[in-house]
Amino acid sequence: MKKRSHKNRRTQTQKVTRPSAPAKKQDIPSRWPRLSAYGRHHLRACVTSFGQLMRSPFANILTLAVMAIALAQPSGLYVALKNIDVLTASWDEAAQISLFLKRDAANANTLMTALEAIPGVATALQISPDEAMAELEDTTGFGGLLALLPENPLPTVIVVTPAATVNTPDAISALVDTLAVLPGVEQAQLDQEWLNRLFSLLHLGHQAVWLLGLLLGIAVLLVVGNTIRLLIARHQEEIQIMKLVGGTSAFIRRPFLYMGAWYGLLGGLCAWLLVAISLYWLQGPVDKLATLYHTQFHLDGLGIVGGARLLLISVALGMLGARLAIGRHLAKGQ
Amino acid sequence: MIEFQQVSKTYAHGYQALRRVSFQVLPGEMVFLTGHSGAGKSTLLKLISLVERCDSGKVIVNGQDLSRLPKRQVPYLRRNIGMIFQNHRLLMDRTVFDNVALPLVLAGTPHVKVRRRVQAALDKVGLLDKAARLPLMLSGGEQQRVGIARAIVNRPPLVIADEPTGNLDPELSAEIMKLFQAFNQIGVSILIATHALSLVARMKNRMLELQQGRLVGDNAMLLS
Repeated sequence: MKKRSHKNRRTQTQKVTRPSAPAKKQDIPSRWPRLSAYGRHHLRACVTSFGQLMRSPFANILTLAVMAIALAQPSGLYVALKNIDVLTASWDEAAQISLFLKRDAANANTLMTALEAIPGVATALQISPDEAMAELEDTTGFGGLLALLPENPLPTVIVVTPAATVNTPDAISALVDTLAVLPGVEQAQLDQEWLNRLFSLLHLGHQAVWLLGLLLGIAVLLVVGNTIRLLIARHQEEIQIMKLVGGTSAFIRRPFLYMGAWYGLLGGLCAWLLVAISLYWLQGPVDKLATLYHTQFHLDGLGIVGGARLLLISVALGMLGARLAIGRHLAKGQ
Repeated sequence: MIEFQQVSKTYAHGYQALRRVSFQVLPGEMVFLTGHSGAGKSTLLKLISLVERCDSGKVIVNGQDLSRLPKRQVPYLRRNIGMIFQNHRLLMDRTVFDNVALPLVLAGTPHVKVRRRVQAALDKVGLLDKAARLPLMLSGGEQQRVGIARAIVNRPPLVIADEPTGNLDPELSAEIMKLFQAFNQIGVSILIATHALSLVARMKNRMLELQQGRLVGDNAMLLS
């Protein structure tokens, strides 16, 4: 019973679609056949090039492996830097400025209220000389020795935490300068050296990603170009025949361009996979490290946007490589 | 259909293949081009399909001056010329059907129409039952007929053939020539380069003779 009704439905849909097809052709003006021919050409090139790719899997796996590794390196470095950026962003908040007050500046409280009015200051914490002394005794164990001092030599200290908006080295040092000239402040100190070093190191890292990306991008271009060049050499006779029976350069080029695009797409996907596997593998050690520091840190991957960008770039590189190879070939001879 | 005006062609290394050749092939005419090997027959055909360009003079095909034809227009010129080669130049890894369909596919002909046209062309050369075979499974004569089917499948007004019977025995050659005559009878202009003189002599068609790049004989007057 069931089968029968299914059959009936099918014949019904056929009846519906068939008469409408010729009517459609008449409705759409003369551009339609040319457009559809164009679409047909593309579909054919796309499908046949993929078929060709599948026909010699071993050689193609090697090519794809080279592409994947070349693409994975800058992507991996990019991901690493992205994670470090996330990490240092939380460190910037932790960067604190210590204000050592002059001994004669009795009124630390007025300074506290003044500080609250300064934009860029998130919190200010006052540490009196007695509190500082107690902490020093605690941490050093020099309690007895310190008690021998005739008076407490420590100044009052205010620990300022910059606001989240103050997150560049320049902004932080500007804030330090502002705080240093406040009345009653002897010295404003930020252990800025290491922060500066870290930021320039990160800057260097970002530059390295670009450089590495550029070099390995060229490598991908050459790998695809060379693969396509070999493919063209193998199809020499076919190309000649197609030219003789009226194939346009675009028609002859098209399957090779699609081939390049396929290489790019598959190579990019493999690279994405490589990066994902590496991150998965690194998450364990990172977790251990984070526990040692009493924090939690989750490694971010490429993400959808980063991955899409990687694929876009790799497809573009694949097509460009193919275009260079076939372009040089087609320029030769009629 | 074809017009040569004082056409010369010298190859890069100084070999002069054609010297001031002038002739005309009218629409619907079937003409043989004869001469020893190296006389310039192939070069002449290459000038018509723009595989080579002439150095001086004028080649006009289908009313188009070929010296003025930009490179990107060449494929469209070739779609109006059916070309047949001595060694067939078939795609050996494709079926007979796909080989014959190639010019239509290149021109973006819809699928249904491709099938109809290819079947008609294969029927004309008597190979309809071998459409699904690979060229290697066919005899030399059959392979050449596939080449002919490919040349006529998009119904070009002009067919040029370079030694189409060069590799065939006399019997098969005669068969191929009959095929050309049949196409000629439905109005296709045909130019055939050959050195099979005995075969051509029996056919009472117009003959152009080349000798060392010069046109030395044209029996058009004799025939009319």
